[in-house]
Amino acid sequence: MYDSLLHVTDKYNLVTAFAFIGVTMWFSYWLSGRFTKGRIHGSAIAILLGLIMAYFSGVFTGGQKGLVDIPLLSGIGLLGGSMLRDFAIVATGFGVNIEELKRAGISGVIALAMGIFSSFFAGVAVAMAFGYTDAVSLTTIGAGAVTYIVGPVTGAALGASSEVMALSIAAGLVKSILVMIATPFVAPMIGLNSPRTAVIFGGLMGTSSGVAAGLAATDPKLVPYGCLTAAFYTALGCLLGPSLLFIIMRAIAG
Amino acid sequence: MIIYGVTLLAVCTLTGITAGKILGTLIGVPANVGGVGIAMILLILAGSYLNKRGLIDVKTEQGVEFWSAIYIPVVVAMAAKQNVMGALTGGPMAITAGITAVICGFALVPMLARIGQDKAEETEKTASQATSA
Repeated sequence: MYDSLLHVTDKYNLVTAFAFIGVTMWFSYWLSGRFTKGRIHGSAIAILLGLIMAYFSGVFTGGQKGLVDIPLLSGIGLLGGSMLRDFAIVATGFGVNIEELKRAGISGVIALAMGIFSSFFAGVAVAMAFGYTDAVSLTTIGAGAVTYIVGPVTGAALGASSEVMALSIAAGLVKSILVMIATPFVAPMIGLNSPRTAVIFGGLMGTSSGVAAGLAATDPKLVPYGCLTAAFYTALGCLLGPSLLFIIMRAIAG
Repeated sequence: MIIYGVTLLAVCTLTGITAGKILGTLIGVPANVGGVGIAMILLILAGSYLNKRGLIDVKTEQGVEFWSAIYIPVVVAMAAKQNVMGALTGGPMAITAGITAVICGFALVPMLARIGQDKAEETEKTASQATSA
């Protein structure tokens, strides 16, 4: 019985994922309407549910890919993987207003630079507070606070220890997940409500998955603007991490 | 036809991601340099060009709009495949570093939004006048 079920869900894994995610979304929108009168957006609840399920899946299977580690739900990996994610994000660009984008252009570039520096030095400061003193470890952990890709890329280039690399990835994961959860709640306080502020937000936070999910739960119209700047963040971080940022850290930490 | 819209989207995505990859190799970064961003700009430009010439019909638009609408479920699936346990078991330092970075980011949004706001407000005014008129 289980075998034949597994056989079907394995062969039709993407279809299974559509069904599973669809039911999750229906349940989330029902929760949103029934218990919060729509104040907490259904998609925000759905994303949170996704993260909670991923956590329990990690606890029970010991894997690192959330629900994907459950054989029945392997299709989630395809639906939530980088191919369909990028395809869908690009599609959201179809509704973008070119004038809005031009107006936000320069603020977006400034936001990118400030975002990388502020995240990096926030990470470095915390690492220092926890007793790290060598430039390589500090740079790697700071780079992890930029994104969980910049961390290991920088660490590998500088020859950081695997323990420090793991910490930097964890810091980046925390950042990305927190941006997903917190953005819809913080958005009204920081005036995140226009294409221009979304471009700035995307440049400051930079974590593609965090920005994509956070803006989706705040206002789906803002998604393309934020994702456009966030698309450049990780690459810029990988460029600056092992070079300029490390040189700065070497000068400070010696 | 719907497939024309999907094709337009696919061609823009592939072109953008490839350009980002090449750009990354050229400057020696092991990451895609703005591939999604380049793809998006291509789609925006191609879309408005074809629209002006009247080459996009409703069906073609639907091919892109479907994927744009499927975006939130994709994000939910993406959330469901994150290594949440890894993040939470990374220890207090990793968690503190992540939280501090996010707080800095949030705090900087209103500060940066102020830069060039006057100009933005002017255009917003004209835009709202245009819609009310």
